Amino acid sequence: MQKEYKSITSIAGPLLVVEGVEGVKYEELVEIQMPGEKETRLGKVLEASEGKALVQMFEDTRGSVTEGAKARFIGESMKLGVSTDMLGRVFNGSGKPIDGQPDIIPEKRLDISGAAINPYSRDFPNDFIQTGISTIDCLNTLVRGQKLPVFSGSGLPHNRIAAQIARQAKVNDGSDFAVVFAAMGVTFEEAEFFKAEFEKTGAIEKAVLFLNTADDPVVERIAIPRLALTTAEYLAYEKEMHVLVVLTDLTNYAEALREVSAARKEVPGRRGYPGYLYTDLATIYERAGRIKGRKGSVTQIPILTMPEDDITHPIPDLTGYITEGQIVMSRELYRKNIYPPADVLPSLSRLKDKGIGEGKTREDHSGVMNQLYASYARGKDVRELAVILGEAALDETDRAYMKFAEAFEDQYIRQGEHEDRDIIKSLTIGWDLLTILPREELKRVKEEHIAKYMKTK
Amino acid sequence: MTQEASLPAGRQGTIIKVSGPLVVARGMKHAKMYEVVNVSDQRLVGEVIELSGDEASIQVYEETAGIGPGEPVYLTGQTLSVELGPGLLEGIYDGIQRPLALIEQESKSAFIARGISVPGIDREKKWDFNPVARMGDSVVEGDILGEVQETTLINHKIMVPVGMSGKVTEIHSGSKTVEEVVVVIDGDDGHKHKITMLQKWPIRNPRKDAGKRVPNIPMVTGTRILDSLFPLAKGGAGCIPGPFGAGKTVTQQTIAKYCDAQVIVYVGCGERGNEMTDVLMEFPELKDPNTGEPLMKRTVLIANTSNMPVAAREASVYTGITIAEYYRDMGYSVALMADSTSRWAEAMREMSGRLEEMPGEEGYPAYLGSRTAGFYERAGAVKCLGSDGREGSLTVIGAVSPPGGDLSEPVTQNTLRVTKVFWGLDATLARRRHFPAINWLSSYTLYDDNIAGYWTKEVAEDSVKVRIDAKKLLQEEAKLEEIVRLVGMDALSPKERLILETAKSIREDFLFQNAFDEVDAYTSLKKQYWMLKCIIAMYHAGLEVVDKEEFDFNNLKKLPVLKKVVKVKDIEEGKWDEFEALEKEVISSIKSLK
Repeated sequence: MQKEYKSITSIAGPLLVVEGVEGVKYEELVEIQMPGEKETRLGKVLEASEGKALVQMFEDTRGSVTEGAKARFIGESMKLGVSTDMLGRVFNGSGKPIDGQPDIIPEKRLDISGAAINPYSRDFPNDFIQTGISTIDCLNTLVRGQKLPVFSGSGLPHNRIAAQIARQAKVNDGSDFAVVFAAMGVTFEEAEFFKAEFEKTGAIEKAVLFLNTADDPVVERIAIPRLALTTAEYLAYEKEMHVLVVLTDLTNYAEALREVSAARKEVPGRRGYPGYLYTDLATIYERAGRIKGRKGSVTQIPILTMPEDDITHPIPDLTGYITEGQIVMSRELYRKNIYPPADVLPSLSRLKDKGIGEGKTREDHSGVMNQLYASYARGKDVRELAVILGEAALDETDRAYMKFAEAFEDQYIRQGEHEDRDIIKSLTIGWDLLTILPREELKRVKEEHIAKYMKTK
Repeated sequence: MTQEASLPAGRQGTIIKVSGPLVVARGMKHAKMYEVVNVSDQRLVGEVIELSGDEASIQVYEETAGIGPGEPVYLTGQTLSVELGPGLLEGIYDGIQRPLALIEQESKSAFIARGISVPGIDREKKWDFNPVARMGDSVVEGDILGEVQETTLINHKIMVPVGMSGKVTEIHSGSKTVEEVVVVIDGDDGHKHKITMLQKWPIRNPRKDAGKRVPNIPMVTGTRILDSLFPLAKGGAGCIPGPFGAGKTVTQQTIAKYCDAQVIVYVGCGERGNEMTDVLMEFPELKDPNTGEPLMKRTVLIANTSNMPVAAREASVYTGITIAEYYRDMGYSVALMADSTSRWAEAMREMSGRLEEMPGEEGYPAYLGSRTAGFYERAGAVKCLGSDGREGSLTVIGAVSPPGGDLSEPVTQNTLRVTKVFWGLDATLARRRHFPAINWLSSYTLYDDNIAGYWTKEVAEDSVKVRIDAKKLLQEEAKLEEIVRLVGMDALSPKERLILETAKSIREDFLFQNAFDEVDAYTSLKKQYWMLKCIIAMYHAGLEVVDKEEFDFNNLKKLPVLKKVVKVKDIEEGKWDEFEALEKEVISSIKSLK
């Protein structure tokens, strides 16, 4: 039995108060009908008290009035109708198709907030994913079921990288990915870029897009990653697909959350973000994973722009505490015209050791990775030293390191936007670069691997 | 349910407000603080955290979606307790001691369903009860009545419950479930007490002991920087703060794997699901270096990942520490790892915010300090209850995740006030791939003096001096490095270069340790001492030659023996004469320099 109330008493930002209500449940969905409007607007109950409900709208409250508006309590929490027909389609932030085609016929209706995966039922992620990008595949390996965010900054090409990963990602057993893509508060151009990118390459056939552009209602951004992940979980665990979820831009998501929190007059945590930002982000990121006995998997690549490139800002900071590593974009490299500008040293994949080595990639992978890491770190140090002391002050070895660092950036980090390097290619380039260094400096790779894989000049 | 319908009036209230994990109910004037309640007919577990008139604020340990005003709240009369008895070890629990395997069974899904009520300890399983007490014995609280071989590693002691004393009048040995009566005591209070192997204890109350003593035995972790430079004592409290990616979890897990405590309680509090799965899959495979048995046989895991309900995260550290105290009371040395206490503090902040309490620093409740102190004070080396005078210890190691790596934030500061060991993780070291990335300049320990006696007696006469020398050299290195940065290496005297060279060797050949290498991951105290001694011999011998007119430092650097020092960690455990030979060789070859 649905009840309808005409007693909306206040509207503040995305929040409404409905009074005189009975039997309202927490998180229950609410339809608001404004007088003279055909479409209803959706919201959910944020606080249920006796005779009063605080409702957070998923849609804009612009043009809302208290007089004559009707609130209908649906009696269930927000659900998304899912079906495999969603592949190839584009939806908005409330799950309605916006590609001009008819509505889908749902096979199932699922609660969008999902439930926590029992840690006991999880299966550990350990299948190597090849993205075709050397800095990820070889140095910060992504595995199936991982959540690996991209920490970027305004004006950096994170969108192109995300599109490239979505296009190229595949696993060794040949199966490829279905992509669920959610854009929160991106510009029209960015949204078009993704749509065009997916259509051009035919990837749209295996993709579900959820778009919320910068001029769409802010609060829709709170629901959109959950719609995307609900779809992903359905495809993964019920339809046995491997799903890659790309979420961009989480910074806009956190801003939306802050807006709602401020409207509720909650005690703010750091920089005005709500104290539960960590918990809230965790309910998104932790939905990545694999489950014992199921074939599919959910792998997440959330993208966020660090305000002022500050990695200690609450959004990247809390994200880093939840996700299994991060790929950091560097403005310095981008200025040098290097694409993709992946800053290797602060980047990290916590699960890389599980996905590499014999039988997964190649036996020498771990050694090459550590050697490239250490050598590039040393090379960068030397380069800084050279700025202070002058290049003349460097000895032979140091000069080799400096040369290595340059070559590494130019040939290893840099690659074409449509260049799909397989892991063997990435490793081969790595070995080639290592020939720049004196032989006795190669302490992290095994002698037998040097003999086997390194071409002598 | 029919049972509830017959409850007397006042044992049931009505919800008037739901806001996330906070539920407010009316008609609760019979409720007690921290009493467990069942919320709605879905019977979600909650706990009373504030009383005002006949209204009670309840924190609910499960998702509250779909709950609304008007629904009932049932009082249970119990405070939030854990079940204690054989069967805890090898267990994997959520924050309120529900076995995750049973949750999976009951949910019939990989996702956690709501309102699941499963016992913390298996009721069906039979244990072989071996009585220790005899008929007619007079016993007091904490006395051991009998034993059960819980796992191959741990002999579980069944103790007289706290607050009870009397005469043993019945003993039932043999195969029993935890609910069967094993001993009957004719109490001094005139009652007959039937004792089973199952006991309950409220998690927020520390278990009673017969007095604490000052901890003076080191907890050996096998991690060199921890044992040699910043040791923790058994019964002490330590913290590991660090930014993400610096290796908090790896350090915690390494300690959980290799430390010489007899029982480990590992609390994954608000951390990553995949990481907990890693622990769940790895621990049953790994062998305890001290006994060769699977690590799981001495471990209790509590996993409340970041996306599981926030209130249960708050409870998880208390659940963990109560279980840890229980094993301490049997006379074991127990270590508890909490990863991460920042998530626990955040859970407190979230509840406090919903209660609309006046916030302290950064929105944390004003009682953050006292709660933190209360938690760490439950660590200690104690004389256990009971007349046999046995001793147990509980060591607590808490990870802290300061936002942005900024240690001035409230959780870190409150933790530093009560812990005596600080292992400061450093992102710069981690980025240079120096692991464990523990900063040797900012870390500290206050147990050095307490455990000096142990080192002198058990390891070597001069071991304390060797360790102090190592610390001193590292300090001086930091100073000298600044000079080098300003004016270059050439400005240093040979003695200063000697310090730098030795310190470099300490860092690279001693402190650097690979937690994933089977051999390198664990080093005994004696080997640690010998490794350091060989490295520092270079400094002491060098001091005698550096002042000579014709001394050229480059000759020292070229000495072939130094190549052997680099590989000092490859000398096997137990081959002390090889270490000694190396030390002598270092001294003689340096002294022979012109």
